[in-house]
Amino acid sequence: MTEDAWFAGVDPGDTEATASRIREGSADAPADWPAAAVDSGFAADEDKYYERLRAASIEAARTAAAEAERADDKQLMHAVRAMDDAERTANELAERLGEWAGSLFEESGMGVDAARELAQREPQDSTEERVVSLAGRVADLADERDALREYVERRAPEVAPNMAEMAGPVLTARLVSLAGGLDSLAKKPSGTVQVLGAEDALFAHLAGRASSPKHGVIYVHEAIRGTRPQDRGSAARALAGKLAIAARIDHYSGDVRPEIHDELRERIETIRARAEEDDE
Amino acid sequence: MTQNQLPTGVERRSFDGRERLATRGKTVYGEPTDGEWRLWDAGRSKLGAMLELGMGTGLSGGESVLYLGAASGTTVSHVADFSGPTYAVEFAPRPVRDLVGVAEDRKNLFPLLKDARKPETYTHVVESDLDVLVQDVATRGQADVAVRNRQFLADDGRLLMAVKARSEDVTSDPGAVFDGVVSRLEDAYEILETERLDRFHSDHLGIVARPK
Ligand SMILES: C[S@@+](CC[C@H](N)C(=O)[O-])C[C@H]1O[C@@H](n2cnc3c(N)ncnc32)[C@H](O)[C@@H]1O
Repeated sequence: MTEDAWFAGVDPGDTEATASRIREGSADAPADWPAAAVDSGFAADEDKYYERLRAASIEAARTAAAEAERADDKQLMHAVRAMDDAERTANELAERLGEWAGSLFEESGMGVDAARELAQREPQDSTEERVVSLAGRVADLADERDALREYVERRAPEVAPNMAEMAGPVLTARLVSLAGGLDSLAKKPSGTVQVLGAEDALFAHLAGRASSPKHGVIYVHEAIRGTRPQDRGSAARALAGKLAIAARIDHYSGDVRPEIHDELRERIETIRARAEEDDE
Repeated sequence: MTQNQLPTGVERRSFDGRERLATRGKTVYGEPTDGEWRLWDAGRSKLGAMLELGMGTGLSGGESVLYLGAASGTTVSHVADFSGPTYAVEFAPRPVRDLVGVAEDRKNLFPLLKDARKPETYTHVVESDLDVLVQDVATRGQADVAVRNRQFLADDGRLLMAVKARSEDVTSDPGAVFDGVVSRLEDAYEILETERLDRFHSDHLGIVARPK
């Protein structure tokens, strides 16, 4: 019976081992574990026993929760893909709708906002009925995209806190999605992170048809967009380097490290200072 | 309403001119403090509501406790403030992150990321003969959870349980749901007291019971 205890046969000082026993073990029935631990020499007295139990249970709960949360990266991936699909489809349908509505109503505009207005109309015949109904679908689809975006914004900081802090929730989700998960993103070198999402351009380059792409989806980041064109390569390298580190921290430990964010800020400032020097 | 004594370590203190429950410990969720005492808000805690309503919890302070459905630790932090060893089970990973933080500020709180429907996954950690089983899982099959976790309680121990009617069945009348839960509980427990917690938590029933 005592051999089932979470502390049986493990070195009392080895919190990693005791924590994994807490996570994986099992016994037929509870028992007077504190007394058994003292008897077996695992702890000198009850106070010491509870002290060790506390350390091991905290470690076990922390790592188990972090692992379970990390599995959420797959949900984030589906959500951001669905968000992009909803966006693209809403725009495509809004365009079709705009053309159609333009042939019926004088004042109708283009795009999702126009679709929302159109959806409020009272249809006068069977043609208008179809157009107004389609407008309703477009508006719903746009609402769904907004709801998906909210979901992504809420979940990305939980799945990858450092990346979300550095790149914002949506870009984080896109990177996770392009890599196929946080675990694979954490294993990618920063050069790969830099061009994720630019695969087409990269293949063209490898086939000798184009120059090498400097950045993939990360180009939307302020660190790159806010830097003058001739320095964007350096900015993209710096950002990708820190994002790769952030992805590793998020995957392997999950705690927030303020210093990597400061380092990126400093690096980008240095790159931008060059432009000022050139101006002088 | 019988006014039962509060356990040692829980006191009524004055907050904004009102007498409210309080315990001594590090603050957890931004609750107001009065010296070293921190407010235990019965509106945010079913066990707090049971005490506030004067139910006969039998708590005197210093008990060993298994708490099922700890969430981010709001109530269990207060429990640990006035109890002995306190095991806190919660199966949702996100709140457990906060619960770990609460445990780090206390010496006697042991967080467990486990499913309360599967006690065999923590029988090797949680000791036997505990004084109190607190349960607030708000999930379908609440009575079953309490029955399965009976094994941790001493024969003269207490079950302090909050039942949420809507978790069992959203359509039925709460009274009927409570009757069903109580009758299932009676397989393993003798019911000592029940009281609706509506003043603080709508459609919740507080139950005090002891093992049969
Ligand atoms: C109403 S909340 C508890 C609030 C908490 N007792 C407090 O007052 O601070 C219910 C909790 O029970 C948890 N829960 C539900 N089913 C569970 C189960 N089978 N095992 C463990 N926890 C469960 C939920 O995840 C949720 O956090």
